[in-house]
This record gives sequence, structure tokens and C-alpha cells, in this order.
Amino acid sequence: MSKIKIEKALKKYGDHTVISSLDLDIRDGELFTLLGPSGCGKTTLLRMIAGFNSIEGGDFYFNDQRINDMEPSMRNIGMVFQNYAIFPHMSVRQNVEFGLKQRKMDRKEITERADRFLKLMQIEEYADRMPENLSGGQQQRIALARALVIEPDVLLMDEPLSNLDAKLRLEMREVIRTIQKNVGITTVYVTHDQEEAMAISDTIAVMNHGVLQQIASPKEIYHRPSNVFVATFIGRVNIMDGRYDHESRILRLEGGYEMAYEAGFDSQKVLVAIRPEEFEMSQKVGGLHGVVEDAVFLGLNTHYHLRLDNGERVEVIKVSSMEESYMLGEDVYLKILSEKINLFNEDGSVNLLMSI
Amino acid sequence: MKAFAKRRLDSWALITIILLLLYLVFMVYPVGNLLIQSVIDKATQTFSLDSFIKFFSKPYYLSTLFNSFKVSISATLLALLVGTPLAYFFTAYRIKGAKVLRILIIIASMSAPFIGAYSWILLLGRNGVLTQLIYSISGIMPPDIYGFTGILLVFTLQLFPLIFLYASGALKNVDHSLMEASENMGCIGIKRFVKVVLPLITPSLLAGALLVFMRALADFGTPMLIGEGYRTFPVLIFNEFLSEVGGDDSFAAAIAVVAILITTAVFLVQKIIARKKSFTMNALHPMTPKELKGIKKVFVYLFSYGVVGLAVMPQCYVIYTSFINTKGMVFQSGYSLDSYISAFETLGNSIQNTILIPGISLVIIILMAVLIAYLSVRRRNAATSLLDILSMIPYIVPGTVAGIALLSAFNSGIFGSGVLAISATMSIMVVALVIRRLPYTIRSSVAILSQIPISIEEAALSLGASKMKTFFKITIPMMASGIISGAILSWVTMISELSTAILLSTYKTQTLSVATYTEVIRGNYGVAAALSTILTVLTVISLLIFMKLSKGEDLSI
Repeated sequence: MSKIKIEKALKKYGDHTVISSLDLDIRDGELFTLLGPSGCGKTTLLRMIAGFNSIEGGDFYFNDQRINDMEPSMRNIGMVFQNYAIFPHMSVRQNVEFGLKQRKMDRKEITERADRFLKLMQIEEYADRMPENLSGGQQQRIALARALVIEPDVLLMDEPLSNLDAKLRLEMREVIRTIQKNVGITTVYVTHDQEEAMAISDTIAVMNHGVLQQIASPKEIYHRPSNVFVATFIGRVNIMDGRYDHESRILRLEGGYEMAYEAGFDSQKVLVAIRPEEFEMSQKVGGLHGVVEDAVFLGLNTHYHLRLDNGERVEVIKVSSMEESYMLGEDVYLKILSEKINLFNEDGSVNLLMSI
Repeated sequence: MKAFAKRRLDSWALITIILLLLYLVFMVYPVGNLLIQSVIDKATQTFSLDSFIKFFSKPYYLSTLFNSFKVSISATLLALLVGTPLAYFFTAYRIKGAKVLRILIIIASMSAPFIGAYSWILLLGRNGVLTQLIYSISGIMPPDIYGFTGILLVFTLQLFPLIFLYASGALKNVDHSLMEASENMGCIGIKRFVKVVLPLITPSLLAGALLVFMRALADFGTPMLIGEGYRTFPVLIFNEFLSEVGGDDSFAAAIAVVAILITTAVFLVQKIIARKKSFTMNALHPMTPKELKGIKKVFVYLFSYGVVGLAVMPQCYVIYTSFINTKGMVFQSGYSLDSYISAFETLGNSIQNTILIPGISLVIIILMAVLIAYLSVRRRNAATSLLDILSMIPYIVPGTVAGIALLSAFNSGIFGSGVLAISATMSIMVVALVIRRLPYTIRSSVAILSQIPISIEEAALSLGASKMKTFFKITIPMMASGIISGAILSWVTMISELSTAILLSTYKTQTLSVATYTEVIRGNYGVAAALSTILTVLTVISLLIFMKLSKGEDLSI
């Protein structure tokens, strides 16, 4: 087991800097997710940890050992790839045993250990088959068994679920989560799927343009995003212009809506981030006026798109019910649950609620 | 940055250096040497362009250039005209016996061109069987087979299979829905072939056409035998280099340089055109062959069987004559194995050489091709890019030129030092075959390797395997099947190679193809036929092994 420490990491492709001066601490035994849009540098960072990308600057540590100059084969990592990277010319068992054989263990122990993990991943019945005829989910299990059987210090996973269909993805998500907790191995997980990240992680690091935007628990990231990028990338959110007046303790929205708001910062222009479920919607006159333009029924919830008086569009989510529903073109009024919303400074770079 | 430098100096760096050195000694030096020779006056040892002036000022020399171009372009066009429709028929329509025809086409393309030339002389030459037959029936002498017509006939029948194979490969990637979409919009039949199918396979046709053109331009045996007064470029080079009296090394070198320049130009032009027209296709549902009816069926069958029949006729006729009693150039009545008996008496080491020399070459080629492919796909840097470029040069060096370059470079060792004076040994023939065949094997190895995701190798590394172990345990086994089928094709082309072998071999190192050619020139037609039959048998056996191993996969030449 190990904790991972990264200090001032630098990655360049030629003259193009992809990651500059990135710091990161990953606790022992946690499932740590790098989350971000494609091209944000998350896979690059993962491959730097694995040793497949060169490191142009900074220091990488597993516990207290600096690994910058260590060959990938000496880092004792388990890695699961997006396309599984199963050796097609070896049987399932040979795949799982491959890493053990490199470690020159005796035959008996190799078999025992492989058996244990084949069983753990529920693929022992395919042990002597060739992998080409197995399904994506089964191949993923082989990849996981192969990575874990060597008892690595760190498990690295590069978008492991993106090649699976929706149902299998949910199933494998559970499998990964359970196994990781059972084995207790420090895991770095890369994904662009925010829902997957929330479901699986102890800690999420949101990345954009090679810069870490926020490192926190899934709950914190959702409810207290550190900037507008994180707020919009995780879940859905309406961003509205507004102004906070400290003297009168009033928050004014652009559309003319006013509400009492208690905050510990000076009067200034703000960006107000309101998630669709942070509105209260009714036909009773009072609050922010809007007209229903579109309604999407999704079973549990219904998503409404409203046009406000100032022309802005907002999204509102309501729990569906048989009785209550709003027609297209209907006038509705919104109230804002002020204790849940987030306020950002004018350029969206700082969450004002967190800076105090 | 320190970490970076350290990482690069691994075993792969060492391999890169060794490979670069090999190329330097066995290719850059000989070709460079040739270049220098072409601009040095032998008597005065000073710089002079006399050889080039001599070449371009005498119509006699210049005409060979035009002759070569004329016949190569014509052959390329004809090969396209024959090969493309044939490939389309085979893909679009159900033809009985298509499998056998396909094998016959491949066999026809794999034999040495000069054997075709020799056989056509037997068939349609002045005393040819067919000539006599036509004359006795119609009383009219058929047109003369010698010269331009003959070369063109031989080249076309020999080289259309290349177009056929390239076009078939491309047609396999044309999705059936494209054909249906076109039909849906009212475009069918020949119109659809021209408007939809042809543009889709144009990139492959261009690649095939380049290969055909290069082979036609570089072929030496065919114009030598059937060309008579129609002298082409390789014949000129050969004569200038070998003729004892008035043989002029510097002049031969100059012609060789002109040849290289021309092939380079053709190569580049093709690349530019091909790049503009290239796109990738991948058919989910390839075309399914349709049943034919009526007059169309008759035409398609006549064309398919006719073309293939013509292509294999020379081979068959040679095999037939090998069993006839023969005296010199005259076939007697009665059949016997006499030709084979005398063939084995005159053979010397030919059969052993034909197996040993390409065999050794093949091992070296596979080893080098795999290493170079790996370096240029997985370890791209300045050194490996240079290696990549160097490895492609042999594409543009015609066989005769390569032979001359090697001979003059190693005749008295490197720079006349006596080191590596291998000119009369088997080694130089191995070197020649390796250099000439390597680019093709590299190209197919690169294609195979590019399809293997790099993450599979990374998985092995992360599991604790060293770089070399990953290469041998993971990369090589995954490439193996592709490499083996490519290797057999290389083998087949190498055992029938003539243009360099004729320059480089001695009596001790002569191969079957050289022996056959020599016997044809000497007029021992029986022995020549027997030798050529042995060569054909070797070829067919190798191809059958190939088909067994590749399980009907695509042929890539």
C-alpha cells in the first residue's frame, strides 16, 4: 500500500505545456478520481504516474520513494486500460499469471494466487479459454484480476468502463468499488463521466486545461464547487448575474428578483449558481416569473425549461407526480432555496462562500 | 531532462545504431559510390559530367529511356484495364471456379517474367507452335511477337495480377450499402462502376499501378529475351557494365543514376497523387457476389477464364516442353525425362543455392523488418525516422542498378581496402536480396504493428516485464501470423529473382533462375524448361503453404 505525492509536476510535448506545476496528495487506500473533459490532461497525468509518459519536471513519490526515474516495470503498479489490453495470444489464466511469472514466484504460489483472483472476479470458469470470445465485461474482469493479482502498491485505471454498455457499466462500477474496498488498495481512477466519478470515489480531483480545479469529496464538489467550471461540469446548473448588497443583506438577481441573503463578504457583483432542484416552482403569483417552454418527463423527475422575463432560459427539476404538471406556455413563479445556492465572484473563478 | 536522456539509452538505442550502421555500409555506401563514379572521369580522376553528356547527347542511349517509358506506361495501363474489371467481376458476381482462378492468378504473378517471355517465344515466335498453327490454318503470318509487342504482352500478363490483388483488397472494403445507395438513386451497372466503385478503389489502384510501373521499368530478363532490337534501360545498363570491350563503369554508373532519378520522380508523383485521393474505408458488410444471367454471364466468364488462361499458358507450355525430347532449340518427337536428367547434370549447386540464399536472406529480412517496424512505430525519434527513410530507398533502386552498385562497391572491399571483399561470394547475393526485399516486409510489419494497441505492451510493462521481454513475449507473438505470411511471399519473389542475381552470381552461387536464363540464352531449351519447371514447383509449394497458413487472408505484395 502506498500514498502518492506529486509536487510541481510538469508535462510538455515539445514546446507545448500540457501540465504545469501540479501538486497532488493521494491518501493511502483511497479511491481517487481524476475527472475532467477530454483533453484536460487527466490521462496524461495518470500515465506519468504509471511511467509511460516522460516527466519534464517535478517529483513523484510513492510513500517516500521518488519514482521519476524508475522503469514502469519496477514501479509495482497495477494498471487497467480503456481497451482492457488483454493479451490475445494467452488464455485467461495465462493473462492473470503473467505478472506473477515476471516476479519469479514458484509455480505453486502462482497457481494459488491466480485462482484466488479468478474466483474473486468470478471468471474461474473461463480460466482456460482464449480471451477473444469473451464479452467486454468479462475482459474487464480479467484485466482487473491481472492488475490486482500482483498485489501492486497502486492501482491505476484509465477510463475502464467507457467501452461497456450502460447496464454493464453500472454493474462493473459496483464490482470495482467493492473489490477496491476489500483489497484496500490506493487507486487512481480516470474518467470523464461525472456521475461515475460521484458514485465510485472517495475523493475527486476536477481537472481542466491541465490545472486542478478542486480536490474534494463528491458531496463537497457537488454542493460547494470551487468555481463556475466545476459547478457547470458536475451536474446541471443555472448561472445568473446578480449583485450582493452587504449593507441591506440582499441578493438581487438580474431579472429583478430580490431575496434576503446573509453572507460574510463585501457588496459586489456576483454570479449566482442555482441547480435545477434548488428552485421551488408554483402557479401562485410571487417570485421570479417565467413561462414553460419545454418539459421532459423522465419518470422520477420532470425537467422544465422556462423562459424568464429578461429572456434568460433556466432549467428546473421537479419530482413527478400524477396530479401536478405544468403545460407548455403556462405562467409559473420560482422561489430560490437560498441556503443551497452558490455565489461566485464576477469572473467565476472563486466560490465566495468558500473563501471566508 | 536527465531522466529523459537516461531512458533513451536502452537496448533499443543500441539496435538503432547497429541497423543504421548496416544501412550505411550496405546501401548508402554502394549507392553513394555509384553516384561518385558517375561524375568522376576514370582516366584523370577528376570531376566530369562527360558520362551524362554522352548519355543525353546520343539518340541511341536516349532512345532506351523512351523505350522503357513507353513500354512501362503501356504495360501499366493495360494491366489496369485487365486487372480492375477482373477484380470487380470476382467481387460482384458469383463465378464458378473463382477460387482456383484466384490461385492461378497468384501463381502467374509469382513466376519470373523472363520465363514468360521465353515461353511466348516458343508459342508465338518465328517458329512458335501457335504461329505455325495459325499459318497452317489461315495462311496468314500472325504479327511479330518480338520487340515492343512482345514485351508489352509479357509485362501485362505478368503484372495485371498485382492490380487484381490491390483492387480485390480495396473492393473488399467497399460496403455493400454504398452499392445499394447508388442503386437506390438510380445509378447501376457500368455507370455505377465508373461513378462509385472506381473512385473508391482509386487509391489502391494507384499503389498497384506504381508497383507495376516500377517492376516493368526495372525488369531486365524480358526485354533481353524478347526485345531483340527494342532496347530498354536495364538492358543498356547491363550491357554497358558487363561488356568487356568498351565497357565503361563510369558511363554505366551515370545511366544507373539517371534510372534512380527517374524512379524517384515517379515514386514522388505517385505519392502526391495518392495523398490527395486517399481516404480510409472499412466495410461492415462487404459486397456479396451476385448470380449472373444471359449475355452478361457469357461475357464475364469469357473474360475471366480467358485472361487467366492466357496468364498461365506460358507456364503450362514450359512445363509441357520439359517432358519432350529436345536437341538444343529443336523439340523432337516423343516424351522422356531426358531434359531433367541433363538439367540435374548441369545444375551444380543451383537448387541448394535457390533454397539457401533466399533462406538466409529471409531470416535476416524478418529480423530486421520486425526491429525496424517496431522502432519506427513505437520509438519515433530522429534516429528511427532516418532509419525509416533509409529503409524505403530500395523501392526506387532498380534491381540491375542495385546489382551494379554492390558489385563496384565491394569488388575490392570497402573503398578498395580489401575489407568485406565479398563480390564473388554468396554473401553479396544475400545482401542484395535483403536490401531489395526489406522495404516490403517492413511495410507489412508496420501495418501489423500499427493495429496492435500500444496499451497491450504497456500492460506487460506495468506487470513487471522488461522492455525486451515485452517485445519477445507480447509483441512478437502477436505479430507472428502476419509476419509469416508476408515472409512466404517474400520467399517466393526471392527464389525467382533474376536482375541482381545475374550480375552477382558466379558458377558456384548461381540460382535456378540464373541457370534457367543461361540455358535459354545458350539455346538448351529442354534443360531450360526442366529447370523452370522445378522453379515453378518450388513456387507453387510455397504458395500452397502460404494459403494454408494465412487461411485465405489478403495477399500483400
